[in-house]
Amino acid sequence: MTMETKPAEAGVKDWKHDYDIFAREYIKDPFPIWDEIREECPMASTERWGGSFMPTRYEDLFDIAKNIQTYSSRDVLVSSVMPAPDQERETPTEEEQELIQQYNVGAPPITSDPPVHTWARKLLLKPFSVTSVAKYEQETRELCNELIDAVIKNGRADGAVDYAQQIPPRVIASMLGIPKEEAATFTEWVRGFLELGLTNPELREQSARSIFEYMIAQVALRKENPGDDLISYLLNEKVDGEPVPEPHVVGTCFLLMVAGIDTTWSSIGSAIWHLAQRPDHRKELIENPELIDNAVEELLRAYSPVTMARYVAEDTEYKGCPMSEGSKVLMNFPAANRDPRVFEHPEEVDLHREKNPHIAFGVGIHRCAGSNLARMEMKVSIQEWLKRIPDYKLEAPEAVTWAGGQVRGPRTMGVVFPS
Amino acid sequence: MTTKKVHVDSEKCQGHNRCYAMAPGMFKVDDEGYATPRGDGALADQKAIDLAQRAVDNCPEKAIFITEE
Ligand code: HEM
Ligand code: SF4
Repeated sequence: MTMETKPAEAGVKDWKHDYDIFAREYIKDPFPIWDEIREECPMASTERWGGSFMPTRYEDLFDIAKNIQTYSSRDVLVSSVMPAPDQERETPTEEEQELIQQYNVGAPPITSDPPVHTWARKLLLKPFSVTSVAKYEQETRELCNELIDAVIKNGRADGAVDYAQQIPPRVIASMLGIPKEEAATFTEWVRGFLELGLTNPELREQSARSIFEYMIAQVALRKENPGDDLISYLLNEKVDGEPVPEPHVVGTCFLLMVAGIDTTWSSIGSAIWHLAQRPDHRKELIENPELIDNAVEELLRAYSPVTMARYVAEDTEYKGCPMSEGSKVLMNFPAANRDPRVFEHPEEVDLHREKNPHIAFGVGIHRCAGSNLARMEMKVSIQEWLKRIPDYKLEAPEAVTWAGGQVRGPRTMGVVFPS
Repeated sequence: MTTKKVHVDSEKCQGHNRCYAMAPGMFKVDDEGYATPRGDGALADQKAIDLAQRAVDNCPEKAIFITEE
């Protein structure tokens, strides 16, 4: 697998033909860069990391996401999603080899195309429906309050590390029936895979293997001892009259962790970051609690965290831009959500925005299967924070650090408040 | 007199749930999140028409439409 990261000093001079989603300036403040690309060029390109293309206009994202024949999901990261069968380990036994082969199913449904995608996704829709995720609302509220209890007397907290990062791993652990104490461990793996791992293939493989091994063990436990949890549910479901293959369950659980953690904590973090700087918005949300749903959608639009990729499955041309088979297309949903062709004053966060068909959760058949859960977590975490810490601000705005690349959000964010 | 009706194109709907969250009285969703109008989708008054229009405006899949019969 090729990961030809240019040396860090190879700064970007031409964002339209040499973009770098890992550049410091892009991670910190991508908005003016998107605006420039969007107005001048429907399809930006880069030679970095083996080459890719990047649409930024809403209509183009929409069209490409819908064209699943040409734009396959078999590969959704700028570098391959699955660890290659392990050749470094000393002569794997036949049994091990078989296992590796068996588990080489990817992370369905996000890395699947139809027909597999259709049933792989269907399996998840019910457990992630609005009514199913509502069952986790109360414990999410309690969790938020415990996290706040731990910092509120200090007059200071890290809104990312002490709060946003702690919520999604525990909620997904609860759904999967995994002890919550282990959340910190897999948070580290997920970051190693999806964040730090994007520019460090070794760490990525290692992290992926850790998550896989962990999930294989959890699935084995559930088979012996089924419970009222999502893993047991998946093991019990049938596809065409047959039980769901076990490697598939493992792959899906892998995805739920990877897709459910970094993404959601990034969104919660961005929301806390935004509100830290907008006392007027805090006041409005406190005085007008019904505004929360609309506010969550607007924050998702303005600070969309996720940019997934597509694999070009056949030579093609899009709006005059030729792309050969095997190229990657970076689905810049966040940039589409700031397209002035669709959103009035896209740069403004307007909690009352009436026309907001944002695609932070993607669009088309891969629409985020966890979106109802993500919305619930965002809503609850904002509500509880504002209840307990209505008045707060960034300790040092310039000191906030961001993660970027394919998932963007604050990673350290000191905030201060009257204690 | 013409009546306006709201419809959901089930081929396009991907269950984003925006319409339901916005207008639970007007849409219902099944177990898997796919939306359909409640009843026959008839929009009784201007308020209903406005609400349906908001659902149209916020559906990312462009799956909702209003007809006039
Ligand atoms: C704010 C938080 C989140 C955002 C912004 C987000 C964003 C996305 C996006 C953009 C996609 C589409 C990817 C593509 O088109 O290739 C996606 C897919 C997916 N997400 Fe999320 N996600 C979030 C939270 C979650 C959570 C909490 C879960 C579950 C625990 C989850 C599970 C999934 C799954 C299973 C898919 C694959 C769906 C399919 O391929 O049919 N996501 N997400
Ligand atoms: S908003 Fe659109 S895609 Fe979402 S459930 Fe309603 S009709 Fe379906």
